Amino acid sequence: MGKAQKLVQWTPHNIKEKLLEKYPPKVARKRAKQIMINEALENTTPEIVANVRTIPGIITMRGCTYAGCKGVIMGPTSDIVNLVHGPIGCSFYAWLTRRNQTDGINEGNENYIPYCMSTDMQDSDIIFGGEKKLEKAIQEAYDLFHPKAIAVFATCPVGLIGDDIHAVSKKMKEKFGDCNVFAFSCEGYKGVSQSAGHHIANNQVFTHVVGKSETEKTEKFKINLLGEYNIGGDGFEIDRIFHKCGITNISTFSGNSTYDKFASANQADLSAVMCHRSINYVADMLETKYGIPWIKVNFIGAEATAKSLRKIAQYFDDQELIDRVEAVIAEEMPAVEVALQAVLPRTKGKTAMIFVGGSRAHHYQELFNEMGMKTISAGYEFGHRDDYEGRHVIPSLKVDADSRNIEEIHVEADPVLYKPRKTPEEIAALEKDGLEFKAYEGLNPDMAPNTIIVDDLNQYEAEKLVELMKPDLFCAGIKEKYSIQKLGVPMKQLHSYDSGGPYAGFKGAVNFYSEIDRLVNSRIWSYMKAPWQEKPELSATYCWE
Amino acid sequence: MLLRHTPKEITERKALMINPAKTCQPIGAMYAALGIKGCLPHSHGSQGCCAYHRSTLTRHYKEPISAATSSFTEGASVFGGQANLLQAIDNIFTVYEPDVIAVHTTCLSETIGDDLPQIFDKAKKEKKVPEGKTVLGANTPSYVGSHVTGFSNMVKAMAALAEPSTKKNGKINIIPGWVEPCDMEEIKRLATLVGAKTNLFPDTSGVLNGPLTGEYKMFPDGGASIDDIKNSGSSIGTLALGEWCSADAARLLDTQCKVPCAILDMPFGLQATDRFIDALRTIAGTSVPDEIAAERGTLVDMISDMHQYLYGKKVALVGDPDQVIAMTEFLVAIDMCPVHIITGTPGKKFEARIKEITADMGHKVNVKAKGDMFLLHQWIKNEPVDLIIGNTYCKYIARDEDLPFVRWGFPILDRQGHQHFPTVGYKGGLRLLEKILGVLLDRKDRDDPEEKFELVL
Repeated sequence: MGKAQKLVQWTPHNIKEKLLEKYPPKVARKRAKQIMINEALENTTPEIVANVRTIPGIITMRGCTYAGCKGVIMGPTSDIVNLVHGPIGCSFYAWLTRRNQTDGINEGNENYIPYCMSTDMQDSDIIFGGEKKLEKAIQEAYDLFHPKAIAVFATCPVGLIGDDIHAVSKKMKEKFGDCNVFAFSCEGYKGVSQSAGHHIANNQVFTHVVGKSETEKTEKFKINLLGEYNIGGDGFEIDRIFHKCGITNISTFSGNSTYDKFASANQADLSAVMCHRSINYVADMLETKYGIPWIKVNFIGAEATAKSLRKIAQYFDDQELIDRVEAVIAEEMPAVEVALQAVLPRTKGKTAMIFVGGSRAHHYQELFNEMGMKTISAGYEFGHRDDYEGRHVIPSLKVDADSRNIEEIHVEADPVLYKPRKTPEEIAALEKDGLEFKAYEGLNPDMAPNTIIVDDLNQYEAEKLVELMKPDLFCAGIKEKYSIQKLGVPMKQLHSYDSGGPYAGFKGAVNFYSEIDRLVNSRIWSYMKAPWQEKPELSATYCWE
Repeated sequence: MLLRHTPKEITERKALMINPAKTCQPIGAMYAALGIKGCLPHSHGSQGCCAYHRSTLTRHYKEPISAATSSFTEGASVFGGQANLLQAIDNIFTVYEPDVIAVHTTCLSETIGDDLPQIFDKAKKEKKVPEGKTVLGANTPSYVGSHVTGFSNMVKAMAALAEPSTKKNGKINIIPGWVEPCDMEEIKRLATLVGAKTNLFPDTSGVLNGPLTGEYKMFPDGGASIDDIKNSGSSIGTLALGEWCSADAARLLDTQCKVPCAILDMPFGLQATDRFIDALRTIAGTSVPDEIAAERGTLVDMISDMHQYLYGKKVALVGDPDQVIAMTEFLVAIDMCPVHIITGTPGKKFEARIKEITADMGHKVNVKAKGDMFLLHQWIKNEPVDLIIGNTYCKYIARDEDLPFVRWGFPILDRQGHQHFPTVGYKGGLRLLEKILGVLLDRKDRDDPEEKFELVL
């Protein structure tokens, strides 16, 4: 870096070549399919390879199935005791490290999030099996806490030694009577990333919890918010807006969630999907089993928030709600506009790169667009092709050998509870008016031509991309943060928000604008070189003035 | 209340660990491997472990932590991970060009029984390890011991590289144990002052406390070089700091290369530092300079100046065994009362040492190895304390019980400084004391009624 900045204008093809040139031939061939230059043609985008195994030794950003299941989907739940069956590490590392906030923190509620519970398997458990210890641990957790539910999570060795965690859970559930016990076979080696863990979590929560609530929800506009994890209070802000609009959020999967909220999800009349990757399975199953349609929403970005609220109002087709939503938008937008105008002169024209999990790399482009910033490269750690190219490619997706053993559960219409929320005619009419059901177009169509999309970005490519394209901001996670900053490039964590947030909704947009302004315009980045390094040659002897 | 479900009444738990005071082996091995110059740690398991270990170390150090993984799939987990590791070695040397790859294992590869030496041989035969490059490995099953055990196992694997020699080079090996990069620097500074020529490994100084310059070096200039590690077989002796972290490696150097060793406590506090300096000058055959005596005197001076605020204060202490043993001794030395002491790491010697150190205190001391922070919290509820010392997770107990809290140990996720300001040696002792006094006096200032509020303390 330093002096020769931006002397060379690389074309996207040059950049792709540069990313691949150092690889052994086999690796280069594989990576070539996961790196694409976006051509964003009218109706089609070039195909990308995604959701395939990680190349050993490449320094991936990815985590494992356990992280996707326990860490992501079940972690945010406050009143379910999450018990990890395995050696201590898996439970320790997922202990309070994702910032899913909860109002279970308030007195009177149950809140087990600050607790880290594990069977702490020892070598004797590996040799003789850990079922007895698991059974005892479930009993001890029950005796200590008397929770509504205990969830058991498998880790790598559990599958290998053949512990039957489902049988143990079933036995204990029957024994207790007043505590639901269920298990997740989310061994870390399953699938190729966190993604498999999402799927496993979706299946088990749907099977063991959804529909189990006895209390009837009688509110008027009832929705589920799917795939929103209340990181930094995002969910709180979205709920604040819903409340203002008169929309009732029955359950969020799974930010600020509780057992009863999950259990009542079948009573909502619409599912609004934020993170498509992690929760589309539940969205589909809710529709098949209970007749609840789903739409894609995005509450990241003020414009996106307004648009999503309008979609929800349009669905319920109630003038009072439509007016209320418009009134809320009108009330919230002026503050957003003031904040935006304050930063726009300093953010307009800046460039960003976003490499985050399975949805934010797409959602956050809305916020950057609002700020006049261009996303020049983006990608997911573990998105599937439908998250890149849109759901229309799903029929053509082939499940490869590495993901074949992830359970697909078959769901049918519930004989009692199935109730189509809209008639086919109503659905058709809404579609005609532009409301799309079960639709997600993916990241690629929203990115400009000639931007670079990279799936499962690794350390080497991250560094190369930054070196060649010199973005003003790089967004990823904690593992990437400090190496990027060492290069003198501002780095924003879009998993943990660097302890900031919320960034969702209207107030979140305001937070985000000022945070990004602070980062990209900070004076820090001008301190890389000491004065004697910038002008090392002495041209004359120094004389005192 | 954050931990409102923790009851005061203690019931025995046999199977359920809650709020552990330890984590698993591989993260320790990863940290140790980062103390080798030009080394990329490699996690032979499924990739989640590696992501978690890198993230935790990064959150602690606020520095990039590079490490690769074999990225096991289900197939590899059943049929063995050899192909994954061979590919990884090839890719790492081609793309990232480290001098050294230090491989550790996880519960996955250990359960299936992958044979690291055999895979390394195959990698060498297939020319996947370039000339002059090193691959070493340690078995670090997560279901045995703790992160401390993993650290020790990787340090032992380093010692295994040592080459026996009849020609001594006059150096003293120092195995510093799991201390911060700045602590390693401080240990080197002290050794230099004493006039001892040392060979310190692992050495994360300059690796995990690096500068921001606009340039990213995956392999910073710091770290113990492979040549120095190999030459540790020619040293005149080894000082191993910490039984749990460093003794195995030191003993291996003794049996393998006939380098005699002394196993000391980690030099936290007054007396442990005294013994460290004394051992150094004895082995090196030098005399301790006045400068060090002055540093010591300063620490004693500060203890005497502020003794009234320390005397009799009850402390709950949690952390890793080597660190906690030395800290307990320091607390007793300054007339504080460590009353609840927990480590998550197993080892019978721990409880025995703590009992020995606290024997004359005239106060019952709760101590447990393989304990957890849930039990520690329960002890505190039953017998309240004036101060809690431990890693960041203590902040939940500290807030609930309204306790002054000193962050010390691993991991510290919510503060800076620990990687830059040492807590070993006499100077480190000053800093520990400053931190302890700071929180105690802040509390006094907060709690004193207005008419008793003092300007001068």
